[in-house]
Amino acid sequence: MFSYYLQLGLRSLRRNPLLTALMVMAIGFGVAASMITYSVFRAVSGNPIPEKSEQLFIPQVDSWGPKYNLTGNEPPYALNYVDAMALMREHKAKRQTMLYPIGMSALPLGGQSIPFTVQGFTAQSDFFAMFDVPFLYGSAWGTAEDEQRAAVVVISRKLNDKLFGGANSLGREITLSGHNYRVVGVTENWNPKPRFFAVWGGSSFGEPSDIYIPISRALDLKIDTAGNNSCRGRIDYGDWDGWLQSNCVWVTPWVQLDSAAEVAQYRQFLEGYASDQQRAGRYGWAPNVRLRNVMQWLDYMQVVPQESSVSLLVALGFFAICLINTIGLLLAKFLRRASEIGVRRALGASRREIYMQYLIEAGSVGLAGGFLGLLLTALGISGVGLLFQPQIARLAHLDVALVGLTLLVSVFATVVAALYPTWRAAQVQPAWQLKSN
Amino acid sequence: MLQIKPILAALKRHKAGTILIALQIALTLAIVCNALFIIQQRVQRLSRPSGMNESNVLAITNRWVAVNDKDTASLTKTDVQALRQLPGVEDAMNTNSFPLRGGGWSTGVNLVPKENGKPAGQTTLYFVDEHALAVYGAQLIAGRNFTADEVIVADPKDIKSTPQVIVTKALADKLFPKGDALGKQMYLSGKDVPPSTIIGIVKQLQVPWSGIWANDFVENATLLPVQLTGSYGIYLIRAKPGQLAAVTKSAPEALLKTNRMRVISGERAIRTYEKVREDAYKNDRGMAILMGVICVILLAITAAGIVGLTSFWVGQRRKQIGVRRALGATKHDILSYFLTENLMIGIAGVVIGAGLAVGLNLWMVTQFEMARLSAVYVFAGVIALLLLGQAAVLAPAMRAAKVPPVEATRSV
Repeated sequence: MFSYYLQLGLRSLRRNPLLTALMVMAIGFGVAASMITYSVFRAVSGNPIPEKSEQLFIPQVDSWGPKYNLTGNEPPYALNYVDAMALMREHKAKRQTMLYPIGMSALPLGGQSIPFTVQGFTAQSDFFAMFDVPFLYGSAWGTAEDEQRAAVVVISRKLNDKLFGGANSLGREITLSGHNYRVVGVTENWNPKPRFFAVWGGSSFGEPSDIYIPISRALDLKIDTAGNNSCRGRIDYGDWDGWLQSNCVWVTPWVQLDSAAEVAQYRQFLEGYASDQQRAGRYGWAPNVRLRNVMQWLDYMQVVPQESSVSLLVALGFFAICLINTIGLLLAKFLRRASEIGVRRALGASRREIYMQYLIEAGSVGLAGGFLGLLLTALGISGVGLLFQPQIARLAHLDVALVGLTLLVSVFATVVAALYPTWRAAQVQPAWQLKSN
Repeated sequence: MLQIKPILAALKRHKAGTILIALQIALTLAIVCNALFIIQQRVQRLSRPSGMNESNVLAITNRWVAVNDKDTASLTKTDVQALRQLPGVEDAMNTNSFPLRGGGWSTGVNLVPKENGKPAGQTTLYFVDEHALAVYGAQLIAGRNFTADEVIVADPKDIKSTPQVIVTKALADKLFPKGDALGKQMYLSGKDVPPSTIIGIVKQLQVPWSGIWANDFVENATLLPVQLTGSYGIYLIRAKPGQLAAVTKSAPEALLKTNRMRVISGERAIRTYEKVREDAYKNDRGMAILMGVICVILLAITAAGIVGLTSFWVGQRRKQIGVRRALGATKHDILSYFLTENLMIGIAGVVIGAGLAVGLNLWMVTQFEMARLSAVYVFAGVIALLLLGQAAVLAPAMRAAKVPPVEATRSV
């Protein structure tokens, strides 16, 4: 029966090619617009570390005071050097790291070639375990290296390929901005999107990092942050040490807290720290701290680009209009065949069979629209790069899930759109139709 | 126009179709209005002048390798001299940033020394030398340029202010609304910052940022005669007319020949100003184009929907049309019947749609940094959709008008 109805449906669609083409195109365009914008939105709004996003927290402490704070008396996005060091020294979390982005130059071996830029982060040993960084060779450096301010480096697979031709480079030395570092680990390709751990002061959707070095070593060498440095009040810090003591915020802290009890404890600790600072006279205001986990942080920082949300919204509206259009056209198409329905009903077809027949017809329209939509989506995704900045455009890609979703959405939406026209078709009174002909 | 009553009666018998068309018109209006508004906002932003003479400008980002920060001043000087002597180069300078670059410095500025509190104005800082006006191609409208001996060498972490500054007219007018800024003193925010005398005013120079957040001070720039030390800097080069392509190739080569221990790599290291502008406004232009495409397709689909449903109605009503024609209605009467019918549905649709358009905009204002929709767009959208409806209905209506009176007698 199914194949018979499908044949009937296809025949009916062929009988009025213009109307059919119109419906297929409406669905195709609507679904394509939605899928293209969704593919970008999906990439920018996803959870970058689903297994641990509930356990990783970013502590914020109000070091600016109500006069300078962000809207809603929100504390600064990062910590100043003094607070960051104090929180890390207390070590109240199982795992913790501070970090800031850096840009350095790397000198290829051989000496005669031209140096190139590498970018990455300063961090502490826990960084790699906390964020589940996969390793190709070696491993993270240990707490001993942190304390000894050791000149060690973890490099990315890409940089390892470039410098060492992909060989196991553990123990080899590389020169970064004029200083030598010993390679202790090579990471696999790793670049969470968005790069949640450096949303402020880094680029959320940037190129993967090439290097990671101990923050203690970086501070010894006075390596400046390549990210944001936000100061309030006096900006005349004079020199490096003055800057470290200033209220400029530029260090991002992360802690891993595995249970609700640990979270509560840590929050208490933060408040205790802030009131200690108030008592000591460093802060002239009441404790004002935040402890957000990964998704809360991404939400607060509004990582999803405005362009992405607005276009997704407009595209969904567009799809809705296409569906309303389809309802209208299906209604016209089905009711034009009222007499045919009347004959079928008179010959004994039940309402159920009418439903079946017309929904199958609609489904085939949806499927055709889905294939057109797929074609347009593929075209559109390759064209996103022409319209938007590469770091956003690069995120949009067509995968199996998206192909499946495109077809599913078009068939499902068309069948839903066909419900009302089909109901109207099933209501046709056989007697009326027979009489008037 | 006297047919309104019978039309209403007829529409009552076609509720579903009527509602569908009205709803489609309403939603289309809501989206098209907002899309047009977004397009206008973006186009307005990306057509802002930078204040520079944008042709023949090249920017090279340089990072020194294994050089003590303090030693970079003399290296930079050698570089700039080498660049200025390069054939095809008109002028060149070292700076921390330039309009639309995408990153730079900003600070508060006041009329009195002020450490805390809200500043009188916000400005970006460009650390430049006496060649800046020539390289930018900025127009000095009052006062004078820096002299070579006013340019000091300073560490980026140490610089508070300079005795002389050149400001843009926008900043001068913000600080001194009476227009007498030249020769007056201003203070950059911070503790114990010495005053700066405004020695010159340039007509226009944009900040390095193109984002919405910088809209409030987009033309407030301050030029300071400072050669910054540090490993990171930008060479801004003005090529002689027609020489830009040659200089784009020769300038980085000349720099590497002068000193190999530097990095000039990455997507954004060497950019002509045309590319700078394209990068700065890429998302804005992309958004405008996307919205434009969506508007066109949307209007086409809505028009097609109206054609489809009206054709169906005409087909359904052939007999009634025949009866009317037999009873003396002219072709013109039939035509105007369908046009009026569509106009009525259209009016219902645009009334709902105008409400939706404003509602959608208000919601977007709360969700995104979006301006309030002006009534002009809603009005323009209403007219456009009503005209679109009339145009779409024309073909089926004309077919209806051609129905012969004899149709009334058939197959009853």
